[in-house]
This record gives sequence, C-alpha cells and structure tokens, in this order.
Amino acid sequence: MKYLPLVLANLGRHKLRTILTIASVALALFLFASLQTVVTTIAGAANFGSARRLVATNATGIVFTLPIAYANRLQAVPGVQSVTWANWFGGRYGDGKRFFATFAVDPKTYLDMYPEMVIPEDQKEAFLRERTGALVGKHLMEVFGWKLGQNVTEQGTIFPGDWTFTIRGVYVPTDPAIGEDAIIFHHEYMEERLGRPGQAGWYILKIDKTENAPAIAKTIDDMFKNSSFATKTGTEQAFNASFATMWGNVSLLMGTIGTAVVFAILLVTANAMMMSARERTREVAVLKTIGFRDGTLFGIVMLEAGVIAVTGAIIGLGGAKLLYKSTNFSFGGFLPGFDVTANTLVIGSSITIALMLASGLVPAVRAARLPVVSALRQVA
Amino acid sequence: MALVEIRDVHKSFQRDTQRIDVFNGITLDVEEGSFLALMGPSGSGKSTLLNLIAGLDKPTSGVVKVAGADVSEMSPGELAPWRARHVGFVFQQFNLLPVLTAYQNVELPLLLTRLSKKERDERVRLALGVVGLDDRLDHYPRQLSGGQEQRVSIARAIVADPTVILLDEPTGQLDAKSSQEVLALLRRLNSEFRKTIVIVTHDAHAAERATTVLHLEKGSLIRGSAMPSLRATDAGVAAGMSR
Repeated sequence: MKYLPLVLANLGRHKLRTILTIASVALALFLFASLQTVVTTIAGAANFGSARRLVATNATGIVFTLPIAYANRLQAVPGVQSVTWANWFGGRYGDGKRFFATFAVDPKTYLDMYPEMVIPEDQKEAFLRERTGALVGKHLMEVFGWKLGQNVTEQGTIFPGDWTFTIRGVYVPTDPAIGEDAIIFHHEYMEERLGRPGQAGWYILKIDKTENAPAIAKTIDDMFKNSSFATKTGTEQAFNASFATMWGNVSLLMGTIGTAVVFAILLVTANAMMMSARERTREVAVLKTIGFRDGTLFGIVMLEAGVIAVTGAIIGLGGAKLLYKSTNFSFGGFLPGFDVTANTLVIGSSITIALMLASGLVPAVRAARLPVVSALRQVA
Repeated sequence: MALVEIRDVHKSFQRDTQRIDVFNGITLDVEEGSFLALMGPSGSGKSTLLNLIAGLDKPTSGVVKVAGADVSEMSPGELAPWRARHVGFVFQQFNLLPVLTAYQNVELPLLLTRLSKKERDERVRLALGVVGLDDRLDHYPRQLSGGQEQRVSIARAIVADPTVILLDEPTGQLDAKSSQEVLALLRRLNSEFRKTIVIVTHDAHAAERATTVLHLEKGSLIRGSAMPSLRATDAGVAAGMSR
C-alpha cells in the first residue's frame, strides 16, 4: 500500500490519457456485457417454459393459424388436462416508436395456464368480466404512464382499424422471460370484430405427465395429419427454442462483435500503458539506482494497469448492470428479462484480469529488465 | 580498512566490433569520512567509476568492495537492497520524479525500508531540513529552482543515511550561486555529519571543496596535486594508481 501514492501519481501524470484509457476499457466492457446479455437473454427465453406445457402450431408455419374448433378435440386427447389459445395481434400504439407485444387470448383458460402471471384477484375478475378489458405488464404501464381503467387505442397492423381496450389489470411475471412489456386482451373481442373467422394462432396444452409429452404430441399431430390444418406439436420449451434459433446467427454475431471490441480496446490500452512506461525510462532507472528491486517495479507497473482495468470494469460492467436493471430495459419488449447475469459479470471480470495482464505485462517486464546504466546514459 | 576498495579493476565496452578499454587495472581506496573529487575529461571513465562503486555496473575484471561487501560479485537481486542501504546517488540532471512533491521524492528510498510512516515522516523532514528546504515539502519539482531541485535530490540521497554518497556532476546544471550553495551543503555533510562523499565533476571550484582530488586520464588515476590550483590533501586516499 505504501507504493499506492506513487502508482496514483504516475496515473495522474497525463490525466486526460488515463481518463480516456479508463473510458475505453469501460466502454469495451459495457459493450461486452450488453452484447453478452443479448445472447443470454435469447438463450434464457429458449429455456423458459414448462415441460408440462405443449404448444401446437400450424405445421406450415407459425404465421398460419389453426381452427378454434380444434380446442375441444385437443381437450379430448388422453393426458391433456387443459387447453388455451392465443393470437399474435401486431398492433401499434401512438407513433409506434415504442414497440410492445399484444396478444389476443382466451382469458380464463390462458390465465389458468400461466400462473407465472401474477394479478390481484379483483383486477383479474374485472378483466375476465369485460370483453374489451386488457391486462398490461407492470413495466409497460410505467413506460406510458397508464392507469387502471384507462382506455388505450392501438392501430391494428395485421387486423386493420383502431382497437380500444380498457386496462382492467396489471400483471407481474414471476419469470422474467415472460416480460412485462405486453398487453393481452380477449380473443372473443377480436373474433367479434373480424366476423368470427374462428382462428387461433397457436394452442397451449397442459398435460398430466412430462414423460407423456412425446406421445401426446404425436397423437395430436397424427390426428390432424390429413386435415387442411395439420399441426406441429412440441413442448413449450422447444417452441421457445425455435424462436431462439431464429436469433442463432445474431447470437454468434453478437459474441463475435463483443470479442472483437474487447480485443481492439485491449490493443488501445496496451499501447497507452507502453507509451506511459516508455516515457518513464529515466524515472525507472532512477528508482533502480535508489534501490528499487526489479520485482517491485514490475509490481508497480502491473498495479497501474490493474487500477486502469479495474476502474474501467467497475464503470463498464457495473454501469451495464445498474442501467439495465434500473430502467427495466427490454429492447422494446423483444428481449424480456434483459439483465446482466452473474455469469456475464464473472466473464467480464476474467476479461478485466486478462486485460490487466496483457496491457501491463510488456511494460512491467520492460521496466523490470531495464539496464540502469544504458538508460541513464541515454538521458545524461 | 578503506570504506571503498577498488582493486585492479578493468572495464571495457564493446561498440560494434570495436573494444573500448576504459580502465586497465585501476586501484583506489576511499577512506570513511573522506570527500573525494574525481576530475577528468569527458570519456575518461569518471561516471563509469561512480557506477561501479554504486553497483550499477560491473567491472570486466577486478574487485569493487564497499563497506566490506564485494559489489562486483553481487547478483542484481542482491544489489538493489544493498544500494538502498549503502548508496545515496545524486545526478547532474537532478532526476526528481516530476509527479511527486519534494517530500514524496525524498521519501522514496525510505519506502524500501521497514520504517513506519511516522518514522519516515521524521526522517524526510530532517533531511529536507538539513538541505534547508523544510518549507518546500509540498512543492513539485517544476515549482523549484534548479538549486532547490538539486538540494532535494541531495536530501533524497542522504535520507536513508547511506554508507557513501555518490554525486555525478551535481553542479553541472546550476548557476554559480546555486552551485556554491550545493557545494557548501556537501562540505557540511562531510565535515559535520562525517558522510563519505565521492563527487565527479568538471568544475574546479567544486573540486576545491573536496579533501582529495584525483584525475582520471586515459584509464589511469593521477593525484590532484598535479593541478596546483587545487587543494589536494590526499587525506582520504590511501592509494590510487593504475599500472
């Protein structure tokens, strides 16, 4: 600790350079944490879902619908305990700059299917009673400053026209992967407005036992195999994972960009450290003349690199963690549960140590090995 | 026994394919409490001799002993703590760390000791008091005159109470008045505090302050009495001839 004033004094020699170096480390680690969080959030969404819930979609593709009439037939399949359905609504609110998801659902069965959505009982009752009622995620309420009982009008993008809902409840998810940036409303309301086409986007089924999932899925798909609306049934986790795989290349891209950014900043930091050490050749020689050991000088230079890297890490990693947590950031609802994980912080800390070693090692070894006489002769 | 013993020291450098012999068997004893001035033309090896005594450089052959320790045989790992304990070095260009205050610069050698913060504080204040700069503790080198910087440098050299103080052209960068102040200080350190001092200088006035003056020419030592203007008492030099 007695060398700390010397270390701090050296760092204060070129304040602007030190600040910029710390800022570059902080920025690199902030970007790393952000990009890594995109990857972990996508992966987390893929892992979300109960193994006891199956999802049946149109075999042709998720954008194609299934008849509502399937509900009773699905309910009758052995092992299926309950059935619900939902549609992607695709609405736009206001200028549309702030995107959020809107789903038309069968309200009673949907809320029974998802106990992860916590709603006060009175609000739940009010929502179920009113055909134009809507449930809104807590964060979305805060974003727009909406109040219970308020009418909200969305412009339909898939189903044209103005769609007005009355906010009757606010839900809070117990699993962050569900997200708080969504509106759900009565499927019946949509059916009525659209002239009762009798279509559902996908079905969700609760089954009795996890181990029965493959057999039940096969039974369902076989049942509709020769119909106009063949199904593709799988576990909810597999369904979510299929969305995640669409992000697959994005994840790879994010990871690659993150690595490249950290590497680029590493070069900048190492260059700054080496420049700083080179400028102090005479001083290192003087310290050796005074009696500073090679190991002590090595440690002092490494400590300087450490102070820069750790300060940058605290700002970058800590900043990312605090920012995303405090703002409940979710990429406009696309990535619910967006939060820097402990694992990302551990990886970021490891990068910080690597950064310190890589940027400090060369100048530290150089300082330790500096031949005193020739260094003094150069400046004499 | 002499404090500094240099025995049959050879030193040569290799410059490209050319071998340059600086010393060819130089021998010198410096007694404890003496004030030796080494003079000579540029390239005569004055600074090299100082570096050998400080353990900053190694002789090609021969022995350099300081306070009984064979400096020429020590490893770099042994030399660093030895230097911290036994050598105070003053440079021509002061070489204070610009980012540290006068106080912090003088404290540097004490960081290598086991002294407590309080003990270090007492020593630093004492050393700066001896050089007459106890009112400049918090000044950075850029806020000091050249003479003051050199006095801080001397305070740094004496703060750990070294066995020998080595000075390489300490007045080379100073005006006449500052030079006189620094030389008076060195004389006082020698006479009042009995510090052993070896100074390399071109300055005849600086050499006048020494108790012994030796000239280095073509790798050999010549007694200072060769220069009649200098007061060369030889009191501290037991022997000093090569070849």
